[in-house]
Amino acid sequence: MIAIQQPLDVPANAPDHCPGTESDLAGKVDACEGCPNQDTCASGQAKSAAQDPTMIPMINERLAGVKRKILVLSGKGGVGKSTFTSQLGWALAADEDVQTGIMDIDICGPSIPTILGISNESIHSSSSGWSPIYVQPNLSAISIGFLLPSQASAVIWRGPKKNGIISQFLRDVDWGDLDWMLVDTPPGTSDEHLSVVRYLKDTVGVDGAVLITTPQEVALQDVRKEIDFCRKVGIPILGLVENMSGFVCPGCKTESQIFKPSTGGAKRLAEEVGIELLGTVPLDPRIGKSADYGVSFLDEYPDSPASQAYLDIIDRLRGILGDK
Amino acid sequence: MSAQGETPVSRRLSKIKHIVIICSGKGGVGKSSVSVQVALSLYASSPNARVGILDVDLTGPSIPRMLGLDGHPVHQSTDGWVPVYADGGEARLACMSVAFLLKRKDDSVIWRGPKKNAMIRQFLSDVRWGELDYLIIDTPPGTSDEHISLIEHLSPVHSRLSGIVVTTPQAVALLDAMKCVSFTRTVSLPLLGVIENMSGYACPCCGEISNVFSTGGGESMAKRGSIPFLGTLPIDTELVTLLDAAAETEQEDDKPIEDVEHEGFRLLRRYKATSSAKLFGPIVENILSRLSGFTAQ
Repeated sequence: MIAIQQPLDVPANAPDHCPGTESDLAGKVDACEGCPNQDTCASGQAKSAAQDPTMIPMINERLAGVKRKILVLSGKGGVGKSTFTSQLGWALAADEDVQTGIMDIDICGPSIPTILGISNESIHSSSSGWSPIYVQPNLSAISIGFLLPSQASAVIWRGPKKNGIISQFLRDVDWGDLDWMLVDTPPGTSDEHLSVVRYLKDTVGVDGAVLITTPQEVALQDVRKEIDFCRKVGIPILGLVENMSGFVCPGCKTESQIFKPSTGGAKRLAEEVGIELLGTVPLDPRIGKSADYGVSFLDEYPDSPASQAYLDIIDRLRGILGDK
Repeated sequence: MSAQGETPVSRRLSKIKHIVIICSGKGGVGKSSVSVQVALSLYASSPNARVGILDVDLTGPSIPRMLGLDGHPVHQSTDGWVPVYADGGEARLACMSVAFLLKRKDDSVIWRGPKKNAMIRQFLSDVRWGELDYLIIDTPPGTSDEHISLIEHLSPVHSRLSGIVVTTPQAVALLDAMKCVSFTRTVSLPLLGVIENMSGYACPCCGEISNVFSTGGGESMAKRGSIPFLGTLPIDTELVTLLDAAAETEQEDDKPIEDVEHEGFRLLRRYKATSSAKLFGPIVENILSRLSGFTAQ
């Protein structure tokens, strides 16, 4: 009838007629002869990776050299999570001695590769694991976007498979020593969020979450849900960022509110629930342009008010985490 | 689960003529506001049109807020859940969302796939929609559990299904929209077309058009993918504000329904006054003609 009856877990480099890694026949049919992963599949490892008890020590070992782990969350989509994550990554990596890694766990809509300008890359694996893609020597990223045959390929996966790939990102990526690991998430409060939080909390911990929102109530009501989520799963909230707040017309320089804060915006929400408002970033069309072209907005337009807002937020974050 | 066999879902939806799924790969491109606009426009397209709107964005439901129905409870009747009607006594615009089922509106719904699947099945099989001309289904971003479940449960009524892809013009959104189109092809969901949202913004002070999220991307994507292009919508702050604070709008309205019946309910009247409503006119005509084409086939 439809998609899910076909094996969707067929790796891109699999031989023809691969039964799929989740199948009971994985590694056991004729087509598997000669496939480099045959042994892994036949032993059932590929299938049960998510429940594997050896996961915890493996993630522990892998992420032992990662100092700060930050989640970027928002209830609603399209508020600028990935853009913020990337700008934060670039800003942190401006210091040559700081190593930053970005992990994109938005499995169905990965934007990080495009925004960082590395969408044509693909992942290489070596004896020490998957090598992340480097934007510059001290800024690396991993995303499912690097594993897809084409940019238009849809990832039509249910939860367990998304969890599988997230655990692989945590367990198999050779990050090396990192000062910062930024985790970009999809919108909502579902499988991806539960998985990454569970794996990180069971192993190396999470330093906290940055919540992103836009000023209108429709977005804020989703952020309230995200705050509820953080509190339920015990993730400290570092603060809230209001994005797309106010638009300055390039013609007449008048500021107008595209997404009007009908209920007081992020400021009032932050006061209501007792979290810090880290800052507000104005809506600047050049931010979206930079993201489309995969260049750093902070480098391109260092003097813009939006760049200043980003840098202030990042300073504040470092301050909260006690790095300065 | 054969395609021909009757299921609780197909029985429940047997009196619904058209089911339109609104999707987009990316979040925040305006799926929910487009869903509401489609619903309102179809509602207004004929004095007898009956429209339902089902919000399957379980972790971030926005439809109730946009229709001014925040905080309404859902009633259980012997014949299933009664949807909430946005137009009061007329009962031609029905709405169902997980938001109506939450005890507190700030509660998060932290569900993994299987629970989401069960909720969607219930929405499709247990809501007493009655006779509808159109059921609009608003989806969350992505191509995952909710979408797979929807298509699976709706497979017995596949002949009445169609989809609309919403995107914004910037490259990052188009990439995700293309994934969404791939998804609709994989599950053979016929597309009515693509709507390009948030294309341009007119400064309220000087009227200069800024392409905040670029422009034209949706149209060229539709052309490349040989999908019908339904139209372009600019950013309309009036509409954003109207949908964001729809409840306040409704509260001002204390005239009894009978008195205002000929003008429609207040949200609809306010919507008709926005510039988006005028731009949406040709889009809805396009949708209607494509839907009637589907029936003819």
